[in-house]
Amino acid sequence: MDVIEVIRISRDSLMGNRVRSFLTMLGVIIGVASVIMLISIGEGARSYIGRELGNLGTNILIVVPGKTSAKGGFHPPAATTVRKLVYDHARIIKKRSRHIQDAVPLILGASKIKYLSQSRDNSVAGVTETYFEIRNLSVESGRFISASDVDSRRKVCVLGRTVKNDLFGDKNALGALAAIGDGKYRVIGVMEKKGVTLGIDFDDIVFIPTTAAQELFDTDSLFNITIKVRSASEIDAAKEDIRQILMKRHAGREDFTIMSQDEMVAVMGKILNIMTAVLAGIAAISLVVGGIGIMNIMLVSVRERTREIGIRKALGAKNRDILLQFLIESVTLSLIGGTGGILLAGLLSFVIPYFVEFLPTHLALWSIVVAFLFSAAVGIFFGVYPARKASLYDPIKALRYE
Amino acid sequence: MNIIETSGLEKIFQAESVETIALRNINFNVKEGDFVAVMGPSGCGKTTLLNILGMIDNWNTGSYFLLGQDVAKLKEKQRTILRKNHIGFVFQNFNLIEELTVYENVELPLQYLGWKKKARQERVTALLEKMQIAHRSNMFPLQLSGGQQQRVAVARAVVANPPLILADEPTGNLDSRAGKEIIEIFKRLNEEGATIVVVTHEKDIAEEAGKIITIRDGVCQSGCY
Repeated sequence: MDVIEVIRISRDSLMGNRVRSFLTMLGVIIGVASVIMLISIGEGARSYIGRELGNLGTNILIVVPGKTSAKGGFHPPAATTVRKLVYDHARIIKKRSRHIQDAVPLILGASKIKYLSQSRDNSVAGVTETYFEIRNLSVESGRFISASDVDSRRKVCVLGRTVKNDLFGDKNALGALAAIGDGKYRVIGVMEKKGVTLGIDFDDIVFIPTTAAQELFDTDSLFNITIKVRSASEIDAAKEDIRQILMKRHAGREDFTIMSQDEMVAVMGKILNIMTAVLAGIAAISLVVGGIGIMNIMLVSVRERTREIGIRKALGAKNRDILLQFLIESVTLSLIGGTGGILLAGLLSFVIPYFVEFLPTHLALWSIVVAFLFSAAVGIFFGVYPARKASLYDPIKALRYE
Repeated sequence: MNIIETSGLEKIFQAESVETIALRNINFNVKEGDFVAVMGPSGCGKTTLLNILGMIDNWNTGSYFLLGQDVAKLKEKQRTILRKNHIGFVFQNFNLIEELTVYENVELPLQYLGWKKKARQERVTALLEKMQIAHRSNMFPLQLSGGQQQRVAVARAVVANPPLILADEPTGNLDSRAGKEIIEIFKRLNEEGATIVVVTHEKDIAEEAGKIITIRDGVCQSGCY
């Protein structure tokens, strides 16, 4: 008997018990759909983070004071007398390393900003002229801070979109004098809307020249140095340059940390991978439970058809014919269930982003293939026992079975 | 040539500590072209004998040669091959598969023999025609009368042209007219060359057979050597 005929027999049997077949498949459908969905959410989160970081510019290194490691590990506190990073470090890094396109000394603080009767507490970032370029920010009206603003410690400011709306409403802000801390700053530009990226609301920041920020916050210590490397292939060389340059100025001690955005992506990616694997593993358990459902129903089916098995054997069916008949039935159940699960997952990952904005999904082809193969494997694994049982029935006993 | 040769055949049912002897020292031959009736009251062991002949049951002692082959020495797979190529089985209660149509039931042995679809179609159609059930070919067994079901069962048994047909009370569940029709079919098949062994307890059927074996309480009363 050839396979196509066996498939036809299995199909007839499944169609003959539609409700039962569907309920059995449901276990697999849910299992496969949840495996794919969880992977697709994990993948979605990963590509979301990658995209967001890409939004903040590429080939970026950030140097912060103090030694920490994104890879984990502890340092004895006594060993760290942290030296400051200062404005000159940024300038020297830019000048000395040919791998580095730009280095922005960044000071971050909070201050009250006031215009007429409106005032709010705000993040204030002291930056230099190239910062907006490095960070992919753009100015909506007016201009960004210029080199001469920085050099001559000019009291000018560029407002984030939200800050501008809060203080000025619909009125034109350009040219107005806003009070930041003790000083009066002229508004020279308003940033284009950027939105929240990885928890930082770029629309809620007031940018002033780094030199002005030194005065405002009365400090020469930098929050970080944001560095743009010329190309991705030069990142390692650039890091080494920075390390050499800064260590020379920190008495040979590496009391600073150079983070690359790619490293951060990699670390987050690793965390997400583990999370995805754990969640998909849990979902896979439901797939196994679905498989047990198949086994259960196949055992019922084999028992119900004991007599039929006896007849078939008396008519010349080999054990293999019977085994194949029931195995194909269980594999068909699991494969149709698997396909249903894939369709359900496809539908969900299409629909979910419309309802839950923060849950980006990305349907990965490999996860579909894996889930499909896994459901086939479940069908075979949980189908073999009942099918084998059927094939080994003694025909004379099977024929007597009522 | 002897199609069936048994000598000293014995079958014992072991139920816990009670031993029931179903068949004792059965010796008989069936020649090619014979029409043999196995007779006896119910429970005498005739169905057991037929099942042993059809290789769907085992015996305890003695030997059984089918078409010159020592069945005791055959593996299960070889028995299956021998059965599907040479034996057609007709059961007392028809044993049609309810989920399959008349056509599909009759087609089944050919599928297990690996016939091509077209050849199967020709053979099954012609046979249903001959058995006068062609107009029922797309119906399911439970939609047919007992006589029609048994005709389907006979058609299924002979579809692959087996040289040996084993029938277990083929008329047991039928009214006398339907029973006669089945016997007529067997006679015709016998005339066409098939060897037939029929288990029955009805005298008028046995009278149609050329040879009668009588069994009582597992012991052969007549027809054996």
